[in-house]
Amino acid sequence: MRGRFEITGRVRRLREVSQQSLERISGERAELITDFYSSGNASLLSAPVLRAKAFYHLLAKKRLYIGDGELIVGERGPEPKAVSTYPELSLHSPDDLDILASRPKVSFEVDDEVRRLYSEKIIPYWSGKTNRDRIMGLMSDEWHNAYRAGVFTEFQEQRAPGHTVIGANMFRKGFLNLKDEIEQAERRLDFGNDEAAFDKLEQYSAMKIACDAIVMYAERYAYALEEAANGCRDKKRREELRKMAAICHRVPAHAPETMHEALQHYWFIHVGVISELNPWDSFSPGRLDQHLLPLFLNDIEKGLLTEAEAYELLCCLWVKFNNHPAPPKIGVTASESSTYTDFTLINLGGLTPDGDDAVNRLSYIILDVIEEMRLLQPGSMVQISSRTPKPFLHRALEIVKSGFGQPSFFNSDAIVKELLRQGKSITDARNGGASGCVETGAFGAEAYWLTGYFNLPKILELTLNNGFDRRTGMQVGPETGRVSQINSIDDLLAVFAEQVNYFASLKLSGNNIVEGTFSAFLPVPFLSLLIDDCIVNGTDYNRGGARYNSSYIQGVGLGTVTDMLTSICYNLFDNKHYTWSEMLEALESDFSGFEEMQYNLIYNTPRYGNDNFYADRFASKTFRTFFDAVDGRKTLRGGTSRINMLPTTCHVYFGSVLGATPDGRREGAPVSEGISPVQGADIEGPTAVLRSALSIDHLLTGGTLLNQKFSPSFFASEESIGKLGDLIRTYFSMDGHHIQFNVVDGDTLRRARANPEQYRDLIVRVAGYSDYFRDLSDDLQEEIIRRTEHEGL
Amino acid sequence: MVIYQLAMLKGLYIIIFVFLLLTMRGLLFDIKRFTTEDGPGIRVTYFFKGCPMSCIWCHNPEGIGQESMKVNRVERVGSARFTKSEVVGREYDIEELVDVAARERPFIEQSGGGVTFSGGEPLMQSEFLKRTLIRMREEGYHTAVDTSGFAEREHFMLIMPHTSLFLYDIKHIDDARHREFTGVTSKRVLENFDFLVEGGADIVVRIPVIPGFNDDEESMKAVRDFLGDRMCDRIKGIDLLPYHRTGSGKYSLSGREYLMEGKKPIADSQIDAYRSLFSAILLK
Repeated sequence: MRGRFEITGRVRRLREVSQQSLERISGERAELITDFYSSGNASLLSAPVLRAKAFYHLLAKKRLYIGDGELIVGERGPEPKAVSTYPELSLHSPDDLDILASRPKVSFEVDDEVRRLYSEKIIPYWSGKTNRDRIMGLMSDEWHNAYRAGVFTEFQEQRAPGHTVIGANMFRKGFLNLKDEIEQAERRLDFGNDEAAFDKLEQYSAMKIACDAIVMYAERYAYALEEAANGCRDKKRREELRKMAAICHRVPAHAPETMHEALQHYWFIHVGVISELNPWDSFSPGRLDQHLLPLFLNDIEKGLLTEAEAYELLCCLWVKFNNHPAPPKIGVTASESSTYTDFTLINLGGLTPDGDDAVNRLSYIILDVIEEMRLLQPGSMVQISSRTPKPFLHRALEIVKSGFGQPSFFNSDAIVKELLRQGKSITDARNGGASGCVETGAFGAEAYWLTGYFNLPKILELTLNNGFDRRTGMQVGPETGRVSQINSIDDLLAVFAEQVNYFASLKLSGNNIVEGTFSAFLPVPFLSLLIDDCIVNGTDYNRGGARYNSSYIQGVGLGTVTDMLTSICYNLFDNKHYTWSEMLEALESDFSGFEEMQYNLIYNTPRYGNDNFYADRFASKTFRTFFDAVDGRKTLRGGTSRINMLPTTCHVYFGSVLGATPDGRREGAPVSEGISPVQGADIEGPTAVLRSALSIDHLLTGGTLLNQKFSPSFFASEESIGKLGDLIRTYFSMDGHHIQFNVVDGDTLRRARANPEQYRDLIVRVAGYSDYFRDLSDDLQEEIIRRTEHEGL
Repeated sequence: MVIYQLAMLKGLYIIIFVFLLLTMRGLLFDIKRFTTEDGPGIRVTYFFKGCPMSCIWCHNPEGIGQESMKVNRVERVGSARFTKSEVVGREYDIEELVDVAARERPFIEQSGGGVTFSGGEPLMQSEFLKRTLIRMREEGYHTAVDTSGFAEREHFMLIMPHTSLFLYDIKHIDDARHREFTGVTSKRVLENFDFLVEGGADIVVRIPVIPGFNDDEESMKAVRDFLGDRMCDRIKGIDLLPYHRTGSGKYSLSGREYLMEGKKPIADSQIDAYRSLFSAILLK
């Protein structure tokens, strides 16, 4: 037994079903949406109302699923791991379906029925009409060239903006309350003075339909549960089903009054958000221990619930998250985010709105759930502030020891400072946290979209080649001059900055086109109900209706680009070991015939990650250049552009489009991930890595990602766990944003690689999330083995 | 006139003293940050080069000789191999050592850590060690000295006032066996231990458990009895350090013969049995 509670047979069975169900594509959603769009009613409606009615149609017609022993109901597809598709966003061709079914990693079963449905109905209707077609058709040639060269990616190419987290408000309200709020707002509309009044009226109509839709969906479940109860012979289960039916009659129409109601309430909301569109990254309940606490305490006080029952309910919710893999991705999107994880991230601990420590009884119970469940989803993290008590930090570290990389550790105080810098109120900042991998947000009040990864090493490579990309044979960037004319590092940095500015502007222009398409064609009236102040503003979430609107570009390859600049400065300018022409020739030939030079670049040149100012200053300079190019620039929907530093699996893709680099890296090898050093370059131990990582100003970002590897033996004693706690606290006292640990030893990983079938359940930390080792690409498996081998402890 | 001359002389002394302090250098073969097994909290450990013992299991064989030496390190890049000539051991002045600790200071302060002087045998450079300890104390660091115990009594007297904690190795009580495996007598080690205990120094005893040397109940009981007679609140702990093989790769680098080839690490259960021998005498 882990933790304080015994896992129940029910949870064990539900978990087994969830783990053993194979990921497969369900045609249900695609068919219902296509039916609605092609019915003839659709063309007469404004965009928000159209989307709301499509949503209603979907929830009215989709199949219901009541799993054996389930206490919380609702599935996006017809059953666990049957994954919906979103043809209005992007359309899978017959070839795509073949690839999805046959690729070795992150595959999906596609049955003949789905293939037939696609070729007969879905493809004929949507071909050329998806939002992906729209976006790609509107982008400039320059944008396409940069995209093809791998300078940046586009998140909304196959998915929708989302990446959003609910606040405490939504746990205190029902959808009938929201409908009241909408009607009051409607009455306040001023057609005499407000030129957007009509748009708002349409938005309100749409929002009310969305309210009705989710209440109707819950009612359908209530009746189905009653029916199931009537046919159930087992008396205990019959009682459960009746109770669940009663809950579905109450929520989400009304505010939840018990913890069980609150979990069902949230789950209906979750299913609603991920059915309406396919938001990247999914959706999150955010500060779960905070939101549930009042109801939990009330239940306990009234004798309605024991701690063990609360634990079981939470386990049931965990299974629900795990039943929902990310919808299938293809092409570049699959490369940049090759995983089933849909990035729900549970936040625990942190600060209360008044700035006190927020750790409570439920925080510890949820840690027990995390330790026991060990599922791919949901991801989990703890927020550590200067006020967080030691036992909580140590308990979280104890769980990390079990090796699946959760929870990860976040700095609440840094999150608050980051949000304050962006102009959020202190209360909204303290209610915030991190979602997705490491991204900072004001929960319940902010639409903070991720827009795409940004390949910093690639831009330096283009700088070295006067804007020309050797791989694609295209002139991708501006001609900033032949690099052989440059003989000081400052001049090189200036030219590099010019290129960064060019590509940042290109990406930001593209972002505005994307925002335009979602604003005009794909509003999300349901999601808009959940985020303040979309109702008050009468404006959709996808149109800037939220209180705060941010669009992030995620920088990738900081360690690699830093080592590239360091190497040029050290070997070409300061010590004149090589000339430009020698260096460029070596890179062009991928170091073939230049092995000794490659050796010197790797082993005899300063590297980032060793608390060495010579190298680290280039991290801070590159970061600043990137920050200046992006931060503060306004977006189409009235938001602000920001940066953060995280890779998902994009560092592998970005490495694959990059030639050999001046740090001795071979062509096609992955670049560094997050703000971590290049794999194997850090030889001075973890404190030196942290010092280097702090050479950039984390508070200017919306999140940074730092990976640390430790051998399992380091978690063996309470004393050394205490020292790890101190390591985290020190990093956080200096404004580090996030740190995560991989604690699987190299031998285990090598065995898993040789015999994947025996290690189907092995979960490892990748980059801001955990994943099945067997689903990682060969490159990534190799990288993680190297990461864990380089321990130095 | 006399007073003037005296004053001149005093000034000269001060100048000479400062000069010595600034130019005094010690020979180290490694500095490690984030060490967690060399005293309380997170620490920086300084490895002094030179050791009077030559334990056959030594896991820092490159730290034994008193001069810096050249070694060849082979690195691979793809299938190509490159040999790099490296010097093990370099001279540092005290401020360089302080600078490393300064980079680690936030971690040290958060964890209640400090700095540790290890080796080799740090007392072989006792004057440099003493001045470094004084300087580190000035900076506010907790200081630990990891010693084999085989050193001149006077050298211990020099550093005792500036040392917060001794990590003191006791390898074997039996003199003949000690000589056979470490090359020196155990007598001096045990006498110095008594000297430190009587002098009121804080001590953590460290016992390496080495197969074929002291990996038997009799040897362990002898150590236990020796310590049991001297137990007091100054003895802060007794740590057993199971033999591990990390040293073997370094032997080829340092050109020494590795005599432990084929020796297996001791089972955890055996170590636990030895530990329980000692837990009985430890003061709570």
